[in-house]
Amino acid sequence: MDKQNEILLEVKNLKKYFPITRGVFRRVVGYVKAVDRVDLFIRQGETLGLVGESGCGKTTLGRSILRLIEPTDGEVWFKTGKGKKLDITKLEDREIKSLRREMRMIFQDPYASLNPRMTVMDIVGEPLIIHKVAQGKEIEDRVRTLLKIVGLNPRYMRRYPHEFSGGQRQRIGIARALALNPRLVIADEPVSALDVSVQAQVINLLENLQVQFNLTYLFIAHDLSVVYHISNRIAVMYVGKIMEVGQAEEVYQGPRHPYTEALMSAVPVIDPDVKPERILLQGDVPNPANSPSGCTFHPRCRYAKKICSQEEPPLEDIGDEHYVACHFADDFSLKGIRQF
Amino acid sequence: MILKNERSRKKNSFAEPVKGEAYIQLVWRKFKRSKTAIIGAILVIIMAILAIFAPFFSPYNPLKIDHRASFSPPQRIHFFDDKGKFHLRPFVYNLKLELDPQTWKRIYTEDTSKRFPIYFLVRGWEYKPFGIPCKLHLFGVAKGGSIHLFGMDNYGRDLWARIMLGGRVSLSIALLGAILSAFIGSMVGTISAYYGGITDMILQRIVEFLQSFPQLPLWMALSIAIPATWSSLYVFIAIMMLFGLLSWTPLAREVRGKVLSLREQEFVLSAKEAGASDARIIFKYLIPNCLSHIIVVLTITIPWLILAESTLSFLGLGLQPPMVSWGVLLQEAQNLQTMGRHLWIAIPGAFIVITVLGFNFLGDGLRDAADPYSRR
Amino acid sequence: MISYIIRRILYVIPLLLAVSIVCFVIIQLPPGDFLTAIESQLKSQAGLSEEESRKMVDEMRKTYGLDKSMPVQYLIWIKNIVTKGDFGYSFGYRKPAQEVIWERLKWTMIIALSAHLISTLVGLLIGIYSATHQYSLGDHLSTFLAFIGLSFPEFFTALVIMYLLVFRFRVPHVGGLSSPEYVLATWNWAKFVDFLQHFWIPVVISGVAGVARNMRVMRANLLDVFRSQYVITARAKGLKERIVLYKHAVVNALHPIIAYQGVALPYIVQGTMVTAIVLNLPTTGPAFYDALVFQDTLLAGSFLLMVTVVLVIGNLLSDLILAWIDPRIRYD
Ligand SMILES: Nc1ncnc2c1ncn2[C@@H]1O[C@H](COP(=O)(O)OP(=O)(O)OP(=O)(O)O)[C@@H](O)[C@H]1O
Ligand code: SF4
Ligand SMILES: [Mg+2]
Repeated sequence: MDKQNEILLEVKNLKKYFPITRGVFRRVVGYVKAVDRVDLFIRQGETLGLVGESGCGKTTLGRSILRLIEPTDGEVWFKTGKGKKLDITKLEDREIKSLRREMRMIFQDPYASLNPRMTVMDIVGEPLIIHKVAQGKEIEDRVRTLLKIVGLNPRYMRRYPHEFSGGQRQRIGIARALALNPRLVIADEPVSALDVSVQAQVINLLENLQVQFNLTYLFIAHDLSVVYHISNRIAVMYVGKIMEVGQAEEVYQGPRHPYTEALMSAVPVIDPDVKPERILLQGDVPNPANSPSGCTFHPRCRYAKKICSQEEPPLEDIGDEHYVACHFADDFSLKGIRQF
Repeated sequence: MILKNERSRKKNSFAEPVKGEAYIQLVWRKFKRSKTAIIGAILVIIMAILAIFAPFFSPYNPLKIDHRASFSPPQRIHFFDDKGKFHLRPFVYNLKLELDPQTWKRIYTEDTSKRFPIYFLVRGWEYKPFGIPCKLHLFGVAKGGSIHLFGMDNYGRDLWARIMLGGRVSLSIALLGAILSAFIGSMVGTISAYYGGITDMILQRIVEFLQSFPQLPLWMALSIAIPATWSSLYVFIAIMMLFGLLSWTPLAREVRGKVLSLREQEFVLSAKEAGASDARIIFKYLIPNCLSHIIVVLTITIPWLILAESTLSFLGLGLQPPMVSWGVLLQEAQNLQTMGRHLWIAIPGAFIVITVLGFNFLGDGLRDAADPYSRR
Repeated sequence: MISYIIRRILYVIPLLLAVSIVCFVIIQLPPGDFLTAIESQLKSQAGLSEEESRKMVDEMRKTYGLDKSMPVQYLIWIKNIVTKGDFGYSFGYRKPAQEVIWERLKWTMIIALSAHLISTLVGLLIGIYSATHQYSLGDHLSTFLAFIGLSFPEFFTALVIMYLLVFRFRVPHVGGLSSPEYVLATWNWAKFVDFLQHFWIPVVISGVAGVARNMRVMRANLLDVFRSQYVITARAKGLKERIVLYKHAVVNALHPIIAYQGVALPYIVQGTMVTAIVLNLPTTGPAFYDALVFQDTLLAGSFLLMVTVVLVIGNLLSDLILAWIDPRIRYD
């Protein structure tokens, strides 16, 4: 993707802290720092893959961007179709509603994300009704087209979601997300609940749709192998923080952060020349309510030095828009993956 | 199953839905299997039909007074006449009033000199469904005869007709009260859980506050506050409101719990994500997904309110004559001696029991069926 | 746990305050008061002129503080209750309301507790029988009878039983707690027998619904427990069926019923109310009913308040019991 492409979404210093309360008066005794000072940007037309272990705050980040949950602090700049730049975190509810046409979400669990009491027609057509862009017969026609686009037979649009399989449900969810011709789609692990054989189909569908409708994706996954195919750039997240961001090939082939390297080593490789050496992470994922001092990763980092537990490394550009949050980003030569 | 279907799907064709059973079909299948539930449903339907078409089922005007017939007993339906001859068309005998020369007690005997066969779909007293005059009745006998299957009350009014009419009042007050209660309960429960925070706190305090009162004494105290000067209609509405406004708390709690768990579901988030208003989320997402709970609680509330209405009315605190309800009809049984001599005036009680039983059966069956995935 | 208890208790205080206000207001809702009736009585029966009777009644109003505004009356009432345990004056009985209530509360409690105890015991036993003989004839029969029992309005049960006793079994006297000839007699064997003959009637009537409810709850609980894993494990270990049944299953099935006892009391008290009114027993129910009908305001209000307070405390207790049994509840 061209660096010349304009930036569609820019996240600055975004935080989401969930308070932990205790006692008679529900005193706040601490915070779960699910998203902690995250900086990101996404260019028009590209796919940014966001990877990280389960519970590291990917979903929370995605939802905070869309203000499905209220972020604690930070800015989210979005360039609207009319070319205006808006800070989403400062918008009134009414203003957000019009923005929701431009940025949509695909949910993680296709079994939980469709209203069991609505027909496919109602589910896919609902955004059209909410935003008053179509009426009556128009809605039906539009739903029909959408279903065809995502590969579902429109004949079954009067049926309820439980009659469909997981992959089909996810297609319904995609059709719903596309209904308003969005520009940005945040796909929150759209395939991780699906059977492996279906995953590829859905990812292919998403890739085709991106070309067809000039979509921009924030593609969340906990598995590097899933995002590899579809992403232009990759962001690696660990306990609420971004560890590394860069061009996909660069991150895959030459990771500069020890955590990325560890994630990478867990990916099954089919290259006979490469001897698989799996880096087993020591210890548990830290509790986001009580994350370690200094570099969040230091208790599990096999390269950790004294400074790592004292000073937090900033997310710095080490050249060519490759950002890394490690004191020794320039010093190591870490193992990546040549090919899958 | 899902995996298999997904795999076996032919390439290059549109995805076909998996054959699955709708929730409603599952519920129905489970419901059908329960005999008591079916019996309950039948009882409820019968009572509802009798109440809706009360005048049609009543050969006599329930309000017509005939002092000479005060407390005349029920007439029996015969198939065999006094000579033992069988008649296919059932018939009744008129009653003859005699006074016991010693005790001056009134004694009714059957006048077997003339049979009065029962005819169906006959013309009788005029009533006005939706303002259209109508004289059609399900059954009746020829002129000169009478058919009072449940006897007469103190004022010589046909008890059968009064029970039909009373059923209409008793059932509708309970039904309307329960609907009001279901409406308030589901709204409060949904809003409480959906908005959370301070809204939830206030609503929950209100719920707890209402639940702090003992039901019966509270209802007694409130219903006696209804001014005696109010018209029957106002009293009816007042009692109905009382029922509705004071019986919604259990449902509110149940719906709140359900919505709390629904709120965490992704599909509710997906509504918000699509820009849906709170009203849309509440009415299209939350309430439809609680509907089975609401319906079950509704069917349990109705019999409970029937019992409440009859108790209050029996005690003279609820509906008042000239209004007719099952409880009001039973006021005549307050005096044990009257009831001892004219047992049929207790028949409205049997109607209460049967109706409540029907609803209890139905509610129980629905509650089991509403959760078709459980084993029981 | 301590923090939970404190929170719950702190919360009950404003609740009680609000509840007492509402009780007071509700009782004042009907137009007029007891003295309005006395006024017309004075006019018609004592032959006093309109002015004279009004004057007399106004004086009485002043003595009893009825001329003051409602909030003031409420404050006086609640102050006397809290500081002196004085619930105000009952015009109907011409003595302090609390005396009327205490007198009658004794019998209320005796009848109510007997009914509750018996219905709980009988209900549990039938429930255990039903669950252990699931789908047998006895199970079907008792389940069906339980449904019937729950479908009878209490007053109708009372009517039916009274009718049967008087007109079928020719029992000489039903209603009240003694036959007329023993009312003033001192306690002796004959009076005691007579008392028992009266006493069982309200106990049975108000116990019917309780038996049905307890039976159904116990049966359902027990069946649930039977299906649970540890009973299956216990059975598999080869313990004797009976030991499994009683030691594990019954104890666990009893939990919800024990927790329910906290709120049972007020239900017991109001449960016997209708029966008491129909049978005209010397208990609080009929007194409350009369007080309502004759606008004996403070007596009715005091009774309503008392039952409500008992209910609030009962709720509190059962919440605490439940929280104690199941710690998860505390943090909801
Ligand atoms: N509403 C909430 N209240 C408190 N803590 C929360 C809440 N939502 C999420 N968290 C916490 O925030 C952290 C991040 O959660 P999140 O769901 O964003 O992770 P994730 O990366 O999406 O994980 P997964 O891969 O399992 O979807 C977790 O520790 C979670 O427990
Ligand atoms: S900063 Fe230190 S601990 Fe953190 S990743 Fe780099 S080397 Fe490891
Ligand atoms: Mg997630």
